[in-house]
Amino acid sequence: MSDFATLEHDLTASIAAAGDEAALEALRIAALGKAGSISGLLKTLGGMSPDERKEQGPLINGLRDRVTAALAARRTALRDAALDARLEAERSDVTLPLPDSLAARGRIHPISQVIDELTTIFADMGFAVAEGPDIETDFYNFTALNFPLGHPAREMHDTFFFKPDANGERKVLRTHTSPVQIRTMMSQKPPIRVIIPGRTYRCDSDQTHTPMFHQVEGLVIDKGSHMGHLKWILAEFCKAFFEVDDVKMRFRPSFFPFTEPSMEVDIQCTRKGGEIRFGEGDDWLEILGCGMVHRNVITNCGLDPDEYQGFAWGMGIDRIAMLKYGMPDLRPFFEADVRWLGHYGFRPLDLPTLAGGLSV
Amino acid sequence: MKFTLSWLKDYLDTSASLDEIVEALTRVGLEVEGVDDPAKLLAPYMTASVISAEQHPNADRLRVCVVDVGDGKPVQVVCGAPNARAGMKSVFSPPGTYIPGKNITLGVGMIRGVESAGMLCSAFELGLSEDHEGIIDLPADAPVGVAYADYAGLDDPVIDVAITPNRSDALGVYGIARDLAAAGLGTLKSAQVAAVHGQGDCPVRVTLDFAADEHRLAPAFALRLVKNVKNGNSPDWMQRRLKSIGLRPINALVDITNYLTFDRGRPLHVFDAKKVNGDLTVRHAREGEQIVALDGKTYTLDHGMVVIADGHGVESIAGVMGGEQSGCDEHTTDVLIESALWDPLNIAQTGRKLGINTDARYRFERGVDPAFCLPGIELATHWVQQLCGGEASEILLAGQVPHPALQIAFPLDEVERLTGLHCEAETKIAILQSLGFEVTGSAPVVDVVVPTWRPDVEGKADLVEEIVRIIGLDHVAAVPFMREPQVVAKPVLTLIQKRTRLAKRALASRGMVEAVTWSFISHDEAVLFGGGADELALANPIASDLSDMRPSLLPGLVKSAQRNADRGMSDVALFEVGQVFAGEKPEDQSIAASGVRRAQAQPQASGRHWYVPTRSVNLFDAKADAYAVLEALGVPTGGLQLVAGGPSWFHPGRSATLQFGPKLVVGAFGELHPRALEALDAKGPLVGFEINLDRLPPIKAKPTKMKAKLVLSDFQPVLRDFAFVVPLSVAAADVIKAAQTAERTLINDVTLFDVYTGQGIAEGHKSLAITVSLQPQDRTLTDADLESISDKIITEVAKKTGAVLRA
Repeated sequence: MSDFATLEHDLTASIAAAGDEAALEALRIAALGKAGSISGLLKTLGGMSPDERKEQGPLINGLRDRVTAALAARRTALRDAALDARLEAERSDVTLPLPDSLAARGRIHPISQVIDELTTIFADMGFAVAEGPDIETDFYNFTALNFPLGHPAREMHDTFFFKPDANGERKVLRTHTSPVQIRTMMSQKPPIRVIIPGRTYRCDSDQTHTPMFHQVEGLVIDKGSHMGHLKWILAEFCKAFFEVDDVKMRFRPSFFPFTEPSMEVDIQCTRKGGEIRFGEGDDWLEILGCGMVHRNVITNCGLDPDEYQGFAWGMGIDRIAMLKYGMPDLRPFFEADVRWLGHYGFRPLDLPTLAGGLSV
Repeated sequence: MKFTLSWLKDYLDTSASLDEIVEALTRVGLEVEGVDDPAKLLAPYMTASVISAEQHPNADRLRVCVVDVGDGKPVQVVCGAPNARAGMKSVFSPPGTYIPGKNITLGVGMIRGVESAGMLCSAFELGLSEDHEGIIDLPADAPVGVAYADYAGLDDPVIDVAITPNRSDALGVYGIARDLAAAGLGTLKSAQVAAVHGQGDCPVRVTLDFAADEHRLAPAFALRLVKNVKNGNSPDWMQRRLKSIGLRPINALVDITNYLTFDRGRPLHVFDAKKVNGDLTVRHAREGEQIVALDGKTYTLDHGMVVIADGHGVESIAGVMGGEQSGCDEHTTDVLIESALWDPLNIAQTGRKLGINTDARYRFERGVDPAFCLPGIELATHWVQQLCGGEASEILLAGQVPHPALQIAFPLDEVERLTGLHCEAETKIAILQSLGFEVTGSAPVVDVVVPTWRPDVEGKADLVEEIVRIIGLDHVAAVPFMREPQVVAKPVLTLIQKRTRLAKRALASRGMVEAVTWSFISHDEAVLFGGGADELALANPIASDLSDMRPSLLPGLVKSAQRNADRGMSDVALFEVGQVFAGEKPEDQSIAASGVRRAQAQPQASGRHWYVPTRSVNLFDAKADAYAVLEALGVPTGGLQLVAGGPSWFHPGRSATLQFGPKLVVGAFGELHPRALEALDAKGPLVGFEINLDRLPPIKAKPTKMKAKLVLSDFQPVLRDFAFVVPLSVAAADVIKAAQTAERTLINDVTLFDVYTGQGIAEGHKSLAITVSLQPQDRTLTDADLESISDKIITEVAKKTGAVLRA
C-alpha cells in the first residue's frame, strides 16, 4: 500500500468513527488544518518538478477532495442523528384540549339572525329598512291608521300607556310596527318600498304571548302596485325565507282597520312529531296579515288615495323564527338563558347572504 | 259563531256537501275554525234490541245478553249495566269501535270466561253526557239496526266560524247563508217576517230619558206585551240546535231570544211583565246603582252605562244582560218583549267595565241591523205565540229606527286598480246585488246603496273587497314586482342599521352571547342607571318590575347574567344591541351596544382551563370589548378620549368614560359598582361596557373609495426599551404620550410591555417598561442618533410625568 493509500485509509476510518462534531473538527484540523497531514502533502507540490507535480498533483488533490467529502458526510450524519435524538426526546400530549374558540362560544340571537335574513331578501327586491320610535303618539299608533275611537286596542287592557302629559295626552308603547308606515309616508315621497322590523308591545303575558315581541311590516306605495304584486312578493318571500322551492299559499279575506281589502295568509305545511315542513302536506298555518293600504290612511299621510295606492303586510318575527327553526315556545326568547341561546342561536359568522344562502 | 248544517239549510237551498260549504266559508272570509260532525264519530253505533239478558255464570253483577243488531245474526255481549233487560232497545257498538267516553277501542274479549263481541253503551260512553248510570234505554218503538246518530238526530254537523269584527252581518245564520248564496253555493231562501196583528196598546210606557245630544245611546226601543202565555220547555229541535252551539236551554221564552240572536243576529230581551213595576225608563245608570243580573251576580253601575229601569230600579243593563228580578221562568204568564238599538261604543265600554261577555253585547258592540229592529220583535212574537200561545199587544216604539242609506259612487275599474283582477262589469254588479247592495246607473261609474246590515262598508275599497272575496282571492294572479329591472341591487341600510348589525357580529365574535331583554325594567333599576323620569314610566305596567323604559342595557344584562349563574352557569359573557330611552320623544331613543362578563368569563377561555391562567374578569376585559366594537365599526378614534371614572353605577376607581370631548360622551366601561350589583341582586365579579351607537361620529364621505398611498421605508425599524419609575397616580397613557411626542418624525410606535410594583421599586411607585419603535426614513441611524433620541425621550417623559429612568 502506498503512503497516500495508508493515510486515506486511516483518515476515512477515523472520520467514520468520530462520535461527535468536536472529534470530527479535530480530525479536520489534523488533516486539512495549517499543519494538517494533507495540507503538508499539498505544500510539497511546490517543490516538485513539473513532471512529478503532474503525477502527484491529482493524487494529493484527489485525496483532499475525498477526505473533505467524507468529513461533510459524517457531519451531516452526526447532525441528523443529534436532531433525531432531540426530536425523539421532545414529545407533547397533543390530545390536551383547547378552550372553545370564540366562534364556538359566541352567539347571535335568532331574532337578530331572522331580521338579517329578512333584510337580505327584501333588499334584493329593492326594499329599504325603515324604523321608528317605540314610544308613540295616539296619532301614529291609532288615529292615522284608521282605528276608530273606542277600538279595543285603545284600551289600557290591551295597550301600554304612559302617564298623561301636561296637555292630558297619553303616549303609548307602539302595539305594532305600523306607525312607521305613517312616519315613512309623511316623510318620503313615493315610490316607497320599505320593510319595518322592530319591537312591539301589548299587555299580554301567558304561555304564547309576551308583553314585548317583534314584528316586521312591509309597505309599498306608488301609482300602480296592486294585490297581484302583493301576492307575488309574499310568495317569493316565503320561498326564500323558508328555503324551499315552492310554497302553496292561501289568501283569506280578513279585516284590519288600516287596510281594505284585507287578507290573512296561510301557508301549506305538514306537521309530524313536532316538526313543521313547508311546501308539502295538507295543513294550513296562518303566517301573516296584509292588504291594500286603506284610503283613509293614505289621506291621513297627506297623499291622494285616487293617485297613490299600495299595500302593506305584517308578521311576527319571533313567530316566523319559531316556524323556521323549531323553537317550541316564545317566552325563552327573552330569558337570556345561555343554554337556550347556545342551542338556538347562530354562530358569529353565520351571515345570511343571497349568494351563500340564508342559513347553513 | 257556531251553527249547524241543518240550521244553515233553513235559509240556504243547496246541494253542496259539508266540505264544499266549509271551503266556501273560509274563501269568502268567514274562516272555519272547526267542524264538529258527531255523526262521523258515532257512525259505528247502531240501535239494537236485547233479545235476552241472563245472569253471568261467574259474576253477580254481570249479565250475558243476546242482542239483535238488525242483520239477523244475534251477538252475545257481557253487560254490567243494572238496567240491561230482555226486550229493551239500546245502542250497540261492534268490536273495533272507538269509545270516546273511555278513550279505548273495543275488542272481542272473554269476560269472566264468557265471550263478549261488542258492547251495549251508556250516553257517557258515547261522549254525549255525564250519565253512566246504565245503558241507553231507547223508546220501545225505536227501529233496530239503524245508525244511532241518525235516529237520535245527532247527525247535524256543527260549524264554528271566526267572524272578523267588521262582519256583524254574519253573526246570524241568515247572514252567513246570504254570503254563501252570493258565492254560488245555492239559493238564499226568502225570510220575510210577517207582522203579528196586535190587540190594543202595550200597557207599559217607555221613556227614553236622554239629553238632546245623546239620542245615539238608545235610538229606538220597541216593546210588546204578550199575555196569557204558557212558558215551558222549548221544542226538541230548538233545544238541540241551542245545545249543539253550546247554549243551555232554559225555557221557551228565553230560548226564543237566544235562538233569534243566532238565527238572525238580533238580540232581544224578555221581561216577566208581572214583575215589572210600572213604566220603563231607559236612562243613564246612577253612580253606584246595583243590579243582580241573569247570571246571579251583582253589578255596580256607573253613569256612563245605559239601563232599563222601572219602579223597583234597574231591571236590565241595556244591550248587555237582563236582570234576575224581572227574568222569565216557568211561572211567567205575561211577557214583555224588547227589541232595541244601542250605541255600539257605549255597549262595548259597559261590557268591558263590568266584565260581562254575552252574545247580545257581542252583537250590539259590532252593530246590529237597525232595519231589523221591528221585524225582530215581530219574529219573536211569532215564536212566542207559536210555542207558548198568548195574545199580543201592538208594538210600542220609543225613539226612531234610523235608516242609513249610504250611497257610494263606484268606478267599476277600481277592482282592477286595487287587485289586478279583471272581470266583467256585469259580474261585479251581480255580486254586489247578491249581497244586498242596490246598484243603479251603468259602467264606468255606478251608484251603490249599502244595505242597512253592512255598517262596515264605507267606500270604494270596501266594495272592491266584497267583489274580490266573492270571486275568490285565488283568482287574483301573482304579478312579478321586481326592483328596478336589470340593475344590481343597491345597498339599503342606513349607517346606524349597519353599525347595529356589525356590533352584534363583532361582540359575538368575541365569544359573547346575544341576549334580547325587556325594554322595560323596574323603576328602582331605572333610577339606579340614570333614568326613572316620570315621562318614561308606564301607567299600566304588566308587572311592577317591568314599569319604566330602560335608560341602559346594563341592568337587564346584569340580571340575566345572574339568572344564568343561579342555574349553575357562572361564567357568562352576554351582550345586547338595542334601544335605550332618555326621554319620550323619538329623538330621545337611541341604539346602545352593551356587554357584561361575569366571574371567569374572560375572552381567552371561559372558566378554569389549563391553557390560560385562571383569573376573574376585570375592567380590561370590558375595555377590550368596548374597543372591539369601536374598531369593528371603523369609528375614527383619533379624537376619542378616555377619562378615568365612569357613571355612578360603575366602581369609581375601576371604570372610565369614553368621549369625543366633554359634550359627546359615547360610552363607559368598568367594574360594576358593588352597590349597583347589590340593588340588582347580583354577585360579582362583574364587568361591563355600554356604547351609544347613535352618538358615534360618522365616517367622512370621500369622493372615491381610493385608500391613501402606502409608503414603506427601505430601512429597518430600531427598537429601544426604557423603564420609567413613576408615582402610582401617574397614568400610563401620559407616559406613553410623552414618549411619543419626544421625537415625532422617527417614533412610529410606543408599546407598554410591563407594569411592576414591589421589590426594587419605592413604595407608592410603579415601574412602566416601554418599547419605542423608531422608523428611519432616509438613512440608517447612527449610535449618536440613537443616543440623542434616547435622551430626548427620557427628558420629555421626566418633564411631563416626573418619571425617573429605572436604575
